[in-house]
Amino acid sequence: MSFPHRHLLGIEQLSQGDITTLLDLADRYAALNRQPDKHSDALAGLTQINMFFENSTRTQASFEIAGKRLGADVMNMAMQASSIKKGETLIDTAMTLNAMHPDMLVVRHPQSGAVDLLAQKVNCAVLNAGDGRHEHPTQALLDALTIRRKKGRLHRLSIAICGDIAHSRVARSNILLLGKMENRLRLIGPPTLMPSGIADFGVEVFDNMAEGLKDVDVVMMLRLQRERMDGGFIPSEREYYHRYGLDAAKLSHAADDAIVMHPGPMNRGVEIDGTLADDINRSVIQEQVEMGVAVRMAAMDLLARNRTQTGAAA
Amino acid sequence: MTTTHFINARLIDPEAGTDTLGHLTVANGIIQDITTGTAPNGTHIIDCKGRALAPGIVDLGVKVCEPGERHKESYRSAGRAAAAGGVTTMITRPDTTPATDTPEALEFVTRRANEAAPVNVVPMAALTKGREGREMTEIGFLTDAGAAAFTDCDRVVTDTKVFTRALTYARSLGALVIAHPQEPILSAGAAATSGKFASLRGLPAVSPMAERMGLERDMALVEMTGARYHADQITTAAALPALKRAKDAGLDVTAGVGIHHLTLNALDVSDYRTFFKVKPPLRDEDDRLAVAHAVAEGLIDIISSMHTPQDEESKRLPFEEAASGAVGLETLLPAAMRLVHAEIMDLPHLWRALSLNPAKRLRLPGGRLAEGAPADLVLFDPDAPFVLDRTTLQSKSRNTPFDGMRMQGKVLQTFVAGTSVFEAP
Repeated sequence: MSFPHRHLLGIEQLSQGDITTLLDLADRYAALNRQPDKHSDALAGLTQINMFFENSTRTQASFEIAGKRLGADVMNMAMQASSIKKGETLIDTAMTLNAMHPDMLVVRHPQSGAVDLLAQKVNCAVLNAGDGRHEHPTQALLDALTIRRKKGRLHRLSIAICGDIAHSRVARSNILLLGKMENRLRLIGPPTLMPSGIADFGVEVFDNMAEGLKDVDVVMMLRLQRERMDGGFIPSEREYYHRYGLDAAKLSHAADDAIVMHPGPMNRGVEIDGTLADDINRSVIQEQVEMGVAVRMAAMDLLARNRTQTGAAA
Repeated sequence: MTTTHFINARLIDPEAGTDTLGHLTVANGIIQDITTGTAPNGTHIIDCKGRALAPGIVDLGVKVCEPGERHKESYRSAGRAAAAGGVTTMITRPDTTPATDTPEALEFVTRRANEAAPVNVVPMAALTKGREGREMTEIGFLTDAGAAAFTDCDRVVTDTKVFTRALTYARSLGALVIAHPQEPILSAGAAATSGKFASLRGLPAVSPMAERMGLERDMALVEMTGARYHADQITTAAALPALKRAKDAGLDVTAGVGIHHLTLNALDVSDYRTFFKVKPPLRDEDDRLAVAHAVAEGLIDIISSMHTPQDEESKRLPFEEAASGAVGLETLLPAAMRLVHAEIMDLPHLWRALSLNPAKRLRLPGGRLAEGAPADLVLFDPDAPFVLDRTTLQSKSRNTPFDGMRMQGKVLQTFVAGTSVFEAP
């Protein structure tokens, strides 16, 4: 099983083979996670530090559970409350933690590229838990695993990603991953929430849900990132819900067996209808959360194996 | 002062547009004679061995961090860097801390420059007090004190009334106003040029159209006021037609471009390399080529280094937070040689943009290879290859994007008023 990477910084660096390797292992961890005894020793004796410079509940919890199930010593650092407030730079914080010899650093940061920067300065494996608008690789991987389990394959599917593409790192990582796995991608959203240069991404772009969702196999909704909005991207939430919120009527344009996904946390009644989100026949949102733990276990396991193969990589 | 003969030189004359083998005689800091044929005789002979001898570079828009941030660059270190780079005149920016916006501040700058820098220093002053865009500076006093031009540097005077009055007042004194053409609201917060690359990297980006909008506004105000105007950096193809229209209409307008926009593009940022963060952000390759050809055609008049020292601390940050700017005094010549090696322009044309045009625009005596001109000269090998190692730079700050890159074109010796101020080891 080869996974030739020191860090997991983004989907951009991964090959089709890397993705398949990781998802295959994650499938095994998904099975383990359904056992009463969920314990493995893959990370026994290793130290994992979760550094979240931006608020997160589910991603941080998921990484913490993943690390603990693999036997790592896990520490959570609430970076917003710490030395950053005292004026310490990101690099200095990283160097300080590095001196404590962690083996895994899980980092979320509000600035694009901040996790790459940090990875250049430390000796251990770094996992990107989301950097600005750039990437969120474990989210894309857990989405991929969910799709593969539900659809039986991860290629030649028609997949729509809907909503605030411009501000979404989840969208970027998913576009990269699903493109690498040779799926047909459609992006749907108001033009003000589409990133520039989107025509060069090799995707189809729609500003109308009915047209965009036609016959798709997978509908991925994105959170409307209200906190990232400088203001004025959309006229109002209610108009957004009317035109882009996913409800049964809009979903009827998709394939009959289309699944509905959402990375959470959801704004019910803004981007998705509450009833639809809870519909166990269509919504796979809970499974996404479950697969999140499995994917993160697989990612940390693979990076830890590389660590022992190459010695303590410098 | 003695007489020095430069013999067997490849003489680059930007005014005549010629590149010929010959000899040049300097006496009392002035070019006295230029001949071909038999080499003159004398006690002081510099055998150039067929290497290029050109007017020293006149670099418009150098940031020296005095006063305020001397740890980033002082007149001494900038002067050494300039000499090593073949720059014989630095035209310095007023975006110091505090801004160079009073005759007293200008006097301090001039004194420091004279004490410490081995090359000519010509200071510019701020156009508005504190570069805040609210009230014009004492343009008259500052002109008397030696300010060569007036600029708020990368800050746009957004209030068109303030800008109009400053332009009108400057016109009455014949003062040159240098502006940064950019629509400031559209470009607020941008760290990259919009497009696929910026979107993949998740960086806030600005459309190249913001530059054209800024230039169009300024051209309208120049038409209205009749001021002498220079656009500091034109970096996009979209802005070129507006520039051409203004020049064709006979407005007193010139334009410049920084060396980094002529030699690098947006993709060079790669994995968030902050040494490639400049203002305005690097553009697409199509823009780079269009702008390089605009220099070759003479539509863009001036190439400068846009030398902007930043310390390691301000660059070792996430890309959006990191400071903008790159040092360029020492890399301007070899980087500019890429345009010659790519056959976009020849050496005399390049030297128009590097020396002749900036000197003319600022009404300085240098920039020419002619009898009676100051003997500010650079002797260089246009083809010598090397790999740039930023630790060898003379600047206090070493934030160059060219670190580790293959360059071609090496400064061998620099002269200011006939005196050698740098000799390559």
